[in-house]
Amino acid sequence: MTRELHLYEAIREAIDICMEDDPSVYILGLGVPDPKGIFGTTLGLQEKFGADRVMDIPCAENTMTGVALGSSLVGFRPIITHQRVDFSLLSLDQIVNQAAKWHYMFSGQSSAPMVIRMVIGRGWGQGPQHAQSLEAWFAHIPGLKVVAPTTPFDAKGLLIESVRDNNPVIFFEHRWLHNITGPVPEGSYTVPIGKGRMVKEGDDVTIITFSYMVLEAMKAADFLLKYNIHCEIIDLRSLRPLDTDIIFTSVKKTGRLLVIDNDWKTGGFGAEIISTVVEQTFGYLKEPPHRIGFPECPSPCSPALAEFFYPHAKDIVKTVMKMMKKEISDGEIPQMHTGPLDVPDASFTGPF
Amino acid sequence: MLTNACDISPEILHRFLYTMLYIRLVQEEIARVYPEQEMRCPVHLSIGQEAIAVGVCAHLSKQDFIVSNHRSHAHYLAKGGDLNKMLAELYGKQTGCCSGKSGSMHLVDISQGFLAAVPIVGSSIPIAVGIAMGVKKKDQQNLTTVFFGDGAIEEGVFHESLNFASLKKLPIIFICENNFYSVYSPLSIRQPPSREIFSLAQSHGIQSFQGDGNNVIEVYNLMKNAIEIINNGDGPVFLELKTYRWREHVGPYYDNNLGYRSEDEFNLWIKRCPIEGFQSDLLEHGLLDLPTLNAMKSKISSQIHRAFNFAKTSPFPDKEQLMKHIYKD
Repeated sequence: MTRELHLYEAIREAIDICMEDDPSVYILGLGVPDPKGIFGTTLGLQEKFGADRVMDIPCAENTMTGVALGSSLVGFRPIITHQRVDFSLLSLDQIVNQAAKWHYMFSGQSSAPMVIRMVIGRGWGQGPQHAQSLEAWFAHIPGLKVVAPTTPFDAKGLLIESVRDNNPVIFFEHRWLHNITGPVPEGSYTVPIGKGRMVKEGDDVTIITFSYMVLEAMKAADFLLKYNIHCEIIDLRSLRPLDTDIIFTSVKKTGRLLVIDNDWKTGGFGAEIISTVVEQTFGYLKEPPHRIGFPECPSPCSPALAEFFYPHAKDIVKTVMKMMKKEISDGEIPQMHTGPLDVPDASFTGPF
Repeated sequence: MLTNACDISPEILHRFLYTMLYIRLVQEEIARVYPEQEMRCPVHLSIGQEAIAVGVCAHLSKQDFIVSNHRSHAHYLAKGGDLNKMLAELYGKQTGCCSGKSGSMHLVDISQGFLAAVPIVGSSIPIAVGIAMGVKKKDQQNLTTVFFGDGAIEEGVFHESLNFASLKKLPIIFICENNFYSVYSPLSIRQPPSREIFSLAQSHGIQSFQGDGNNVIEVYNLMKNAIEIINNGDGPVFLELKTYRWREHVGPYYDNNLGYRSEDEFNLWIKRCPIEGFQSDLLEHGLLDLPTLNAMKSKISSQIHRAFNFAKTSPFPDKEQLMKHIYKD
């Protein structure tokens, strides 16, 4: 049966199912069993599975990633949780030097299955060290898989798939998606890693994005219908491996490509997609590809500055109009967001 | 050395000598042929540091786990790692322990419980702690031992790992091989003079001991004591064992000409050779005779000869190996 669930509930359900199915699965992270339960995603799990399988940990990101890796060598499947991507940077040695290369390094004799959940922040004054995404860094590394679901359905299915995968998987969760709702089937199901999702078909412009920016793209696409512009939106869901088929098929159809990063443009994942498209389907392009991303500064705290930092549906509308060689003034584009720009919706009252 | 006064059987003492000689001679042969330029990867030789690996591993079975660092040859061989596969790896061959993908810094022999060697300083320590945690979660008896140098204790991950291992009372033995140098940088410019390395582990609530890493009997006894502590459920245990690297940090040569360590210091440690003194002591006390010693050396030499021959004549990996084993299906 399919119900409407919040994305945080879909994640909790996925962890619950994986832990029920397989006694080698355990979850660790700072605050995993605390009263807030990682934005609700781990609430009640320690009561059900015990402190040995739902572990709070010391503030030691690098060591605990190594510990997770070590445990995977004797048969465990750890899920590590970081409340912000930014904290995971302390564990880059274990992620990049060790886990990502483990299977290759020992020529297939050993492997390091683990899921590393990373929460991406936005708005509400997250500031320079709580709102990075850095997906391009992780997607750069052979040996890692990188996924970033948008919907509750995909979050549950991709998380179950990630836990069952025999490799290290970086699982990006956007903080502004935790409280969205969507249909989620009961029980176990998986969404394959490496397959994008066609969000909306259209003939004029291909918009490629993932995670929270899919929602902004959908708002922009709805508005653009007024101007008879039909956007095709692709939610990548996985950055590595990348579903190039869905990208090429769409670009060949529309001839126009807009990529939206949740990150800085320079060296960002959008640059990778545009390069790949230019290499493989250059002849189909009617317009130079465009990209939207963060301006090249650290993410600021004040809502007065943040307004100009995070991309919004409005920015997407402007870019698509330009690509379609249509005029539109700023005043003609409404604010496609309910309430203040620094929160996902009125229910969000902080603190992070 | 007092080989006659210890309560270790002559068979075990012979095994100590045999294994130390084996490790020494393998590495001397690596050093000898390295200039041929056929072994095209960095090598960090353990010559001078054999007693620690031998005294520690003498207590371990195939079911016990080891994780090691960049200077892993002695640990690998003392743990029973396959010599053919080790040398083939150094030669970049398909028959190497990592099919030629990783070289001397990533030795592995899972069948012998040698789970990994990784060269990023300190990086191996939490992995070993995770293995020990997994063993404890499963209620198994395998002991985990991790080797690292005096440089690793300067890494944050060392302290994080000791904190966690102590918190969870994990069955793990930390072995710090203090050879006084991190590449060319002496302890004196890296660590405060009045603070002993083993005291850091004590401050994490871990039972810690210090000893002469060039005395195989002392190492053996310290390890024995450490295992008793672990078996009583009072682990982890930390051992700081002082020793000395004879050759350059990486490569086959001596490097005293660089001037980063004094000739006097070097000569002092050569006199403290872990093998020479032990061997003389055994001979002096009638626990070993020359024919037995010569038989040992000759057996080792022929094994080394066969292993080098195996490595040199093995095929290189095919091009298709390049893209193999990036992900596990």
